[in-house]
Amino acid sequence: MKQAANTLSVRLKANDGSGIKINFNTLLMIVCFVILAITVVMPMLLVVYYTFFQGLAFDWRMFTEVVLDPANLKATGNTVVISILVTIIGTVVGLFFAWLLGRSDIPLKKLMRTLFAIPYMFPPFIGAIAWSILLYPRTGYINRIFMNLTGSESPLFNINSIAGIVFVEASYYFPFVFLQVVSALERMDPTLEESARIAGANQFHVIRKITLPLVIPATAAGAMLILISTISHFGVPAMLGFSVNIFTLPTKIYEIINRSSGSFDGIRQAAALSVLLVVVVILALAVQKFILRSGSYDIIRGKSMRPMLIKLRGLKYPLLVFSIVALAFIVVLPFCMIFAVGLLKAYGLPFKLSNLTWTNYTYVLFHSKMAIDSIKNSFILCISTGLIAMFLGVMIAYVVVKVKAKGASLLEILSLLPYSVPGLVLAIGVIMMWSGKFGINLYNTIWIILIAYIARYVAFAMKSAAASMQQVHPSLEEASRSCGASHLQSLKDITLPLIRPGMIAGFFLIFLPAMRELTTSLLLYGPYTRTLGVAIYAINAEGNIIQSAALSAVAILIILMGDLTLRYITREKKGR
Amino acid sequence: MKAVEFIHVSKAFSARNQGQVLAVDDFNLAIEEGECFSFLGPSGCGKTTTLRMVAGFEDLTAGEIRIGGQPVSSHEKNIYVQPENRGLGMVFQAFAVWPHMNVFENVAFPLRVQKTHKAALNEKVTEALRQTNLSGLERSYPNSLSGGQLQRIALARAIVTNPKVLLLDEPLSNLDPQLREMMRFEIKELQRKLGLTIIFVTHDQSEAMALSDRMLVMDMGVIQQIDTPLRMYNNPKNRFVYSFLGLSNFIPVEIHEGQVYPAGCQSQSLDCDIESGFTAHEGVIASRPNEIGLLREGGFPTKIERRIFLSDHIEYRVMVGASEVRVQSTRDLGFQEGMPCGIVFHKPKWYAGRSDDRDKEREKRKVI
Repeated sequence: MKQAANTLSVRLKANDGSGIKINFNTLLMIVCFVILAITVVMPMLLVVYYTFFQGLAFDWRMFTEVVLDPANLKATGNTVVISILVTIIGTVVGLFFAWLLGRSDIPLKKLMRTLFAIPYMFPPFIGAIAWSILLYPRTGYINRIFMNLTGSESPLFNINSIAGIVFVEASYYFPFVFLQVVSALERMDPTLEESARIAGANQFHVIRKITLPLVIPATAAGAMLILISTISHFGVPAMLGFSVNIFTLPTKIYEIINRSSGSFDGIRQAAALSVLLVVVVILALAVQKFILRSGSYDIIRGKSMRPMLIKLRGLKYPLLVFSIVALAFIVVLPFCMIFAVGLLKAYGLPFKLSNLTWTNYTYVLFHSKMAIDSIKNSFILCISTGLIAMFLGVMIAYVVVKVKAKGASLLEILSLLPYSVPGLVLAIGVIMMWSGKFGINLYNTIWIILIAYIARYVAFAMKSAAASMQQVHPSLEEASRSCGASHLQSLKDITLPLIRPGMIAGFFLIFLPAMRELTTSLLLYGPYTRTLGVAIYAINAEGNIIQSAALSAVAILIILMGDLTLRYITREKKGR
Repeated sequence: MKAVEFIHVSKAFSARNQGQVLAVDDFNLAIEEGECFSFLGPSGCGKTTTLRMVAGFEDLTAGEIRIGGQPVSSHEKNIYVQPENRGLGMVFQAFAVWPHMNVFENVAFPLRVQKTHKAALNEKVTEALRQTNLSGLERSYPNSLSGGQLQRIALARAIVTNPKVLLLDEPLSNLDPQLREMMRFEIKELQRKLGLTIIFVTHDQSEAMALSDRMLVMDMGVIQQIDTPLRMYNNPKNRFVYSFLGLSNFIPVEIHEGQVYPAGCQSQSLDCDIESGFTAHEGVIASRPNEIGLLREGGFPTKIERRIFLSDHIEYRVMVGASEVRVQSTRDLGFQEGMPCGIVFHKPKWYAGRSDDRDKEREKRKVI
């Protein structure tokens, strides 16, 4: 590779004749570092700086004051309790379904798999809206049905509570464990289990002694993903907790900024709390490192052989009914609810044909300036973020995977940093950096959101590009070099075409989460730069539940179409 | 008493757009106690499916399998004994050594399932490890061991309970050639010492012949021939078995007035006898490359097309009619490329029919 770079620099010199020695790969690396420094590193350093420094003097009083504030302590406690509960419930539910679909002979596996994909398309805060429509203390549909049926004075379940937040988050995050474990079960060599059967162990003994221990690493990985995601999760506690003063760290941070209405002191307090949030996440990551270190087994199958499915016999149909009902309740019901409520003439009316109307949909699509603007803004933002972050990701992935120069691993760490840093923290850093302190004021413009989105999603693009680049064996490029093509030409004619499917998939992997983004946009939006998430949040906060449901339905349809496109593209890739 | 009996065993799979495919078709066999028996055949011939039916990982769609006289799978009697209750030992192709247990625990697992007393357990595991040359590795974890060691663990685990029958599913194909030869020998030794009944599945004919007392060759779910390795090698029942047991030349021939001519070439007859009992007017003669004589004078006249030096022998390619024939000789006969020569077939095998229709069927099955 070094030799390749040398040839290139010589060629460039000969071509432009000016004699400036440019090494293409080094140049590329410098560009990557500069971009990451501006978008990711600086904002995060600023958060730390404004937390601990007054001018140049170290000052940790503000930090301790903020951290020891009783309200903030309570929020920290809530965060820990909620994330641990969600992790436990999500892991148990995920494991159960993974085993059921991966190793038992339960019918309708395809249908259930499709249902599991729904939470991915459904932004959690919209799920929270759906569940509060169903389980709001007295007006929620389920609670009303329950009270009417039993004559009870108290509702069945209050969604505006810690338990409610845990329930909704768990219903979104259990697929993390499910998917990890199902893929581990599919990759597992079935003879590992068969040899235990031959050794005399019955089915349940095999599950206990062989299957479960072997999927522990996958389970732990999924569980930790849930833990870290829930710690920094904003949407659900914001939707369900604000009105009853239940705060988590992320919602508390948002509340502080909101209360101080943009004063710098408020932002500094929020920064201090963000540092605490990051510390909690880092602790969780350390636990993950510790757990995952203990066991990563090589359980890849040797011969392709279908695993022996365990016959559920008498339990087969009861379990099937239970799973379908549970999935329908957790996944399908809120999904339908959003579409149905968007059709109502007024919130709270029963679902009768005479109460249904298209007005809400036509209103958000054609009349409400805020809704129309938000759709437009979201499209502009998501498409440009998708394109820019994808090319940036390809550049970084190229330096990390193919150049392997000194500093490439640092580049990799920096680009993956936004994976573990909560979006809220990054957004606060972006505010500090781009609100005039450094000569450029982008606050209240669409640009500041774009910068924050790019910082947040470049990690996705980088991962996807690195994965497809690793599959391009170096010998392919070397073959092109040996045919007389230059370094750049090989890059253009060999490497890029081969990773193109990965790039397109990478675009959608950014476009889709950016479309359902709420946290970052909520901190950065200005009067004319609301995104879809912000608009739904605002309309819902005004109490216009039917209109927010209609706009949510529109958002879901957009995401659904993007998701189908992504599936179509990746399937085509597999077929080749 | 027979160790394993197959009585009219069949296994049908429903394959996509092929309807039902018989993976195993009317399989009848009795394996004696203490016998080492090999199932030999190309991939997809049904040998592994048959073994997995013995193990209980596949059910059968017709017939009955008995182990030690007791039916374990029977379609007609509606019997299906779970794999763990069949008292077998099995070694898998990919070893299937559990990565979360150390060597001792891997081998002790079958005994722990049986709730063996601690002292007896220690003794049996130690003995099994000694027999497979693993002593000293008790506390090692599989990820630190080599392929050969993993295979020995799998073997130790399979024999630790003194199973009635030991099933080996291509246990050597994941090892490198040298190790393979060594393990082949070790398995044979172990079988002699312990008097095990072994069913050995492989697609490598030299492995099968080296290990087995008797063997069978399968193709497309049907047993082609059952015999001892030597008798089968000397008397392959059909073209398929012949070709599967070693390097082969097949030359289509026609018979006119007691003379044998290469197909489409009636000017010069081949110098060979017609097998007694062969009555058709055309057929195929089969001959191994080392069973053909290369002469300076006499024999069927042709010339050396190619001469290839292969370290311990030399291979010559000559044309007989329209077919190319490979001749191998351990001595340098002094022929150069382009030189005229004569060839003579020593005791070729005679098979009726020209083209092999079964090739098409085999290709079709490979798609599945």
